[in-house]
Amino acid sequence: MSKLQLTVNGKSYEVDVPESRMLAEVLRQDLGLTGTKIGCEEAECGLCTVLVNGTPVTSCVYPAFRAQGAEIVTIEGLSEPAPAAEADPMTELKLHPLQKAFIEHGAVQCGFCTPGVIMTAKALLDEDPNPDEDAIKAALKDTLCRCTGYNSIINAVKSAASELRGEGPIPWGGVDAQLPPLKVVGHSVPPQEVVDKVTGHAKYADDYVFEGMLFGRTLRAAYPHARIKRIDTSKANALPGVHAVLTHEDIPGDNIHGLIYDDWPVLAAEKVRYMGDPVAIVAADTEEIAAEALGLIEVDYEPLPVVSGPLQAAQPDAPIVHEEWKGGNLLKHIKVRHGDIERGFAEADVIVEREYHTPTTDHAFMEPECSLAVPAGYDAEHPKLTVYVGSQIPYEDRRQIARALALPEDQVRVRGTLIGGGFGGKEDIAGQIHAALLAQATGRPVKMRYTRQESLLFHPKRHATVIRVKAGATRDGQLTAVQAELYGDGGAYASLSDKVMTRATTHATGPYAVPNAKVDCYVMYTNNPPSGAFRGFGVTQSAFAVEQTMDILAQELGIDPVDFRRDNALRVGATTVTGQVLRESVGLLETIKRVARDMNRGDPESFLWGWREGNKAYGWGFACAYKNTGLGGGAPDRATAEVEVFPNSTAEVRISSADMGQGLSVVLAQVAAEELGLPPERVHVLLSDTDLTPDGGPTTASRQTYMSGNAARYAADAVRQALATVAAEHLGVAPDALVFAEGQVRANGSAVPLGQVVEWMRAQGQDAKVRYTYDAPKTQPLGTGGDMHFAFSFATQAAFVEVDLETGEVRVLRIIAASDVGRAINPKMLEGQVEGGIVMGMGNCLTEEFIMEEGVPWSTFLARYRVPHITQTPKITSHIVESPTAEGPFGAKGVGELTSINPSPAIANAVYHATGVRVYRIPIDQDALLRAIKGGKKEVHATWHDVK
Amino acid sequence: MLWKHYHTPSTVQEALELLRSYQGRARVVAGGTDLLLDIRFGNVQAPEALIDITRIDKLHQLEADETVLYVGAGVTHAQIARSELVRSRAACLAEGCGVVGGPQVRNVATLGGNVAHALPAADGTTALTALDAEAEVVLDGERQWLPLRELYQGPGQSLLDHGRDLLLRFRVPLCGANEGSAFSRIMRPQGVALPILGGAAWVRLDESGAHYQDVRVCIGPVAKTPTRATAVEEVLRGQLVDDSALERAVSVALETLHPRTSKYRATKAYRREMIAVILRRILPRAVQRARSSAAVPQVRA
Repeated sequence: MSKLQLTVNGKSYEVDVPESRMLAEVLRQDLGLTGTKIGCEEAECGLCTVLVNGTPVTSCVYPAFRAQGAEIVTIEGLSEPAPAAEADPMTELKLHPLQKAFIEHGAVQCGFCTPGVIMTAKALLDEDPNPDEDAIKAALKDTLCRCTGYNSIINAVKSAASELRGEGPIPWGGVDAQLPPLKVVGHSVPPQEVVDKVTGHAKYADDYVFEGMLFGRTLRAAYPHARIKRIDTSKANALPGVHAVLTHEDIPGDNIHGLIYDDWPVLAAEKVRYMGDPVAIVAADTEEIAAEALGLIEVDYEPLPVVSGPLQAAQPDAPIVHEEWKGGNLLKHIKVRHGDIERGFAEADVIVEREYHTPTTDHAFMEPECSLAVPAGYDAEHPKLTVYVGSQIPYEDRRQIARALALPEDQVRVRGTLIGGGFGGKEDIAGQIHAALLAQATGRPVKMRYTRQESLLFHPKRHATVIRVKAGATRDGQLTAVQAELYGDGGAYASLSDKVMTRATTHATGPYAVPNAKVDCYVMYTNNPPSGAFRGFGVTQSAFAVEQTMDILAQELGIDPVDFRRDNALRVGATTVTGQVLRESVGLLETIKRVARDMNRGDPESFLWGWREGNKAYGWGFACAYKNTGLGGGAPDRATAEVEVFPNSTAEVRISSADMGQGLSVVLAQVAAEELGLPPERVHVLLSDTDLTPDGGPTTASRQTYMSGNAARYAADAVRQALATVAAEHLGVAPDALVFAEGQVRANGSAVPLGQVVEWMRAQGQDAKVRYTYDAPKTQPLGTGGDMHFAFSFATQAAFVEVDLETGEVRVLRIIAASDVGRAINPKMLEGQVEGGIVMGMGNCLTEEFIMEEGVPWSTFLARYRVPHITQTPKITSHIVESPTAEGPFGAKGVGELTSINPSPAIANAVYHATGVRVYRIPIDQDALLRAIKGGKKEVHATWHDVK
Repeated sequence: MLWKHYHTPSTVQEALELLRSYQGRARVVAGGTDLLLDIRFGNVQAPEALIDITRIDKLHQLEADETVLYVGAGVTHAQIARSELVRSRAACLAEGCGVVGGPQVRNVATLGGNVAHALPAADGTTALTALDAEAEVVLDGERQWLPLRELYQGPGQSLLDHGRDLLLRFRVPLCGANEGSAFSRIMRPQGVALPILGGAAWVRLDESGAHYQDVRVCIGPVAKTPTRATAVEEVLRGQLVDDSALERAVSVALETLHPRTSKYRATKAYRREMIAVILRRILPRAVQRARSSAAVPQVRA
C-alpha cells in the first residue's frame, strides 16, 4: 500500500492503495466515483474514459500511480449544483451542454457507455469548438455504444458544440410518425433515469457496495467436452482471504437451471459440455484473492471427443453431448407444412436453390454481467436473500435461484438494477445463483462481476446456421412454393433454442404470401457455447437466406426486386405459412412504398441498382422483414402491473419488466399518464423488484410495449374509474361528465386536484391502487393453424454500399428504413430502437463473428470480437409507418428486434448489385470478395473464418 | 498476480538504477497499452516492479535540429501524429502513428513501446524503417546508437532485455528539399485490429523532380522483422517518375516479397494484391510531397 494523491473534479484526495491499482479501480472502489464504467479492461471500448490533465485516456488500463499528483476529470465533474433558476427541472444540477444535448437527441439508451462517450466528446470540444462529422467520428472511434447506432451521438455532439460556441443548441430533428399525438402518447418524453445516466449517478449492479462484501469468481471448464473425475478444493480453501469454495456437492437444492428445458447444471458435476461451464465458485476478500484461489482448485478431467458444429452433431457416429436426452444430439426438429409443396414447385416456371451460412454472434452488451447477493437477515434492509442484478426476467431468476437453494420462492427477492444493454443476452442465468449460494454459505454479501472475457466465454450466443432455401415462382412473378432446411448450432445447453429456432423456421419464407411451403429445422446440441435469445430471435438468420433468394428469383424472372416483393407481400387478408389469416395491421406495403420512393427518388425508370466509378463500385440492396410481437405459439402470454395514485397527484406504475435501454419505463409512464390525465413526469415507474412489483413476464420477443404497456394502461384505466366514482359522488355529477386532465379532475367548470380525490378515497378506507393482469389474445401452437401470433411488425430497408475494387472493402454509406410499429408511443426512443437495430444488423453482416475451434472459443476478447464503431455508421433515414393493431396499447406493437433483421440481406443484395458477386456467408470477407471480383467468380461461400 | 511496485523515475539514471536494483525482477513500461494487458491476461509473467519511463522529461520530448528529428521513447502516438514538424517532414511517421488504435490509446501508447514490443508490422515501425531511423539504447549498461532493424530479433523478440536495458530515443532524418514520404495500410473490420498489410515509402527526387534519386520502401508483414524492400528500391533508383516505373516496382515487389497466409487475417493471395495496392498508393503520394517540399516550414529546433 502506498500513498496516492489525486485531484478529481477539483477536489483533492489522498488514498492508500496497492501500487498495482488501475486508475478506474481507484476512482470506482476507493473514491466511490462509479460514473466511470468498466466495459472490457482491454482498452477497446472506451467506457472508462476520463481526462488526465485534460487528456482522454482509458482509465481501466492506466496505472493509478502514473497519475500521481494529476488533475482528473470524470463524468461526475461535468455537472454542478446549480442555483434554482439554472437547474435542470429533473434534477438539482446544472448540466453540461453535452449532457443536455445527449438527452435532447436521444443519444442515451442503456446509459452504460454514456459517461465514456461524453468524456471523450468533452476532450474533443475542449480542443476543437467546431468539429465536423469526420472529426467527431475520429475522436469517438474507439468509444463504443451498442444501443444507439451513433447517429444520435453525432447530432448531440454537434448540438453541444454549437451551444458552447454561443450559437445555441440544435434541436432534435424528429421523426415522420403519421398518427396525431395524444396528450402524452406520441410525444418524446424523456425517460426518468436519463439525467442520472448522463451525470454518472445511474447505478448498475457493479455500482452497489455493501459493508463486508466479498467477491466471487468462477472456475470454468478446461475442456469443451470432458468427464470430471475429481475436484479438490482443499488448497483453495486454505488460501488466506478465501471464505468459501463451492462445487456441485454444495448445492442445497436442484443442481439445474434452464428457461424452457432443465438441462443446465448450476455447477458441473459429471461432465463439462463447453468451455464456459462453471465447475467451482469462490468467495474471497478481494477479486485478486478469488482469482488466485481458482488457480489452486484441482480438477481431473477425462477429455471426450468434441462436437464442434451442428452438421457434425447430426452424424450418426457423433459423440453425444447429453447422454440423458432422448433425441441424441437433436434438440428439436421444427416443421412448417403449408399447402402442397410438390404442386407448388410443379406450378413454378423458375426455381432457384441456394445455401447460406450465418455465424455465431455475441450481444456484446456494454455492461458485462454482474450479480450481487445479500444473505437473509444480513441487515434491516435484507430480511430475505436478495439478489441485485440487471436481468431481463427477474421472476425467472427468482424461481431458479429458489430451486437451486431449496428455498420457497417468497424467501428470495430479486431487485433489478439498471441494465447496461441486454439484447436477449440477459435472459439466462449468469451469476445470480452462484452469488446467492456464496452469500448463503458465507453469511456475507457477495458480488460476482464477470470480466468482459468471461462474459464472452460464458453467455449464450446467436445460433450459427446453415440454411438451404429453394423457391419457385411463375413467369409473371407469383411465388408458388418455398422450401427450406435449417441446421442451427444450439450449443451445449438448450437455453431458448427451441423458441428461437421455431421463429427462424416460421419466418423462413419471408413476409410473403407463399401458398405452398415446407420448412424443416434441426437444432443440434454441440460443445459450443449455448445459443439463446439475441435480438431478431432466429429471424435474423432466416431473413439473410430468404431475402437474398428473393432477389435471385426476381433476377431469374427478369422482374425488379421491389416489384417482386410488392406483388408477393403479406397484406390484410393474406395467410402466413403457419396458417394464420392476417386480419389487420399489416403495414408492409406502405414500408416498401416509402423506402422505394426514397431510394429511386420517385424515378424508377432511370434508377440504377449498381454502377462503377473508378476504383469503386456502388450498389443498392433491398430487403423486407417481419417479426412477431409476443411469445405466441400457444404459450400463455401475460403481464401484471400495479398502478397507484397518491395524494400529491403523482402516480406510480409497478411491474417487473426490464428496461435495458429501450425506454420501457417512459413508455409505461406515458400510457399510464395518458389514462390518468397526468403530466408524464408525475408518473414514476418502479421496475423489476419481485417483492414490490408484479410479474410483467420476460423482456423478450419485442413484447413489453404491448404486454406491459397494456397491463399498465388497463391498471391505470381501472384506477381512474375508481377515482371517477368517488369524485362523482363528492362533486355531485355523473362519472361520465368528469374530465381527467393535467393532474386535475374537472366537471362543470370546476376542478379539484387528482390527489384530492385520492384523499377522499382513502377516507373511505380505500387506496387508489389497482393491480391488473393483462392476458394477450390466445395463440395457437405451430402446426395447428390459426393465430400463431397476436401481432406482427413489418419493416423494409434499402442499403447503399460502396465496394473498393482494389481491396474488397465494403462500406455501408446509407440505410433507408421504414418500420410499421403500429403506433409511435415515444418517437425519440423509437428512433433510437430503429437506428440501433440497424447498426447492430450491419455488424451482423460486416464485422461480427464469434469463432470457436473444436469447441474452444477464440473470440474471448473484445479485441477479437469487433462490433460496429462510429466510423462505420451509415447515414440513416428512418420512416415510421403506423398501422395500428386494435389490441395494442394505443395501437402499438413491438419494434425492439424488427430493424436489426433487414440490414444483413439488404447489404448482401447491395454488394451483389455493386459487384456482381453474391455473398452466401457472413460476415462478408473482403479477402474472398476481392478474389472473386478479380477472378471473375460470381459467388463467395467463404468468410474470414476460413482464412487459416 | 500483478506487480507489487510501480516506480516513476524522473531521470534515465534513476530508471537504470532501479532496474539494476531489481536484478531482472522489474520491467520497463512506457504507455503499457500492450504490456499491461499481456500481464493481466497472463501472457507475460508479472514482474515484481514496473519502471514507468513516461515521467522522464527527456524521454517524452520531440526535438529536432535542421535535419534530424529526435523522438523520445516515451513520446506518444498522439504527440507524433499531431506534430506540425512530423506531419510536414516525416509525413509517413505521422500517418502511421495517426491510425494506431483510437485517440485514448494514442494518447498513452508510445512509439518506443511499439518498437520495444518488436511487432514485425506495427504502423509506427513500418514508417520508421522507411525513414531509416536509428535508436539510442542503453544496452547492458552501454549507451549507443543502433540501426532500428538491429533491435528486432524475431516476432515479439527484442534485442533489449526489458529488465535491464532502456530504449531512449529515435533519430529520424527529416525530409529536406525534394524528399517526401507516405504511409498506408489495409485493415479488415473483423477480428484483431492489426494491419493486413502496411507500407511506407520515402523518396528523394532529383532537382527537376523528374527522377527518383533514392527510394526506401518498407512493406509488412512479409518477414519476421520489419524489412526494407531493397529490390523495389533498386528498380526505382535513377528512374523517371512515371507509371511504368511504378508498375515495374509493383512487379518486382510481387516477385521478391513473400507474404504469408495468417489465420483470421488474410490469405497470401490477398496480401499479394495489397502489396500492389499499397505501393500504388504510397509512392505517388511520397513523390507529390517531395515535389512540394519547398513549402516545408522552418524548423524550430
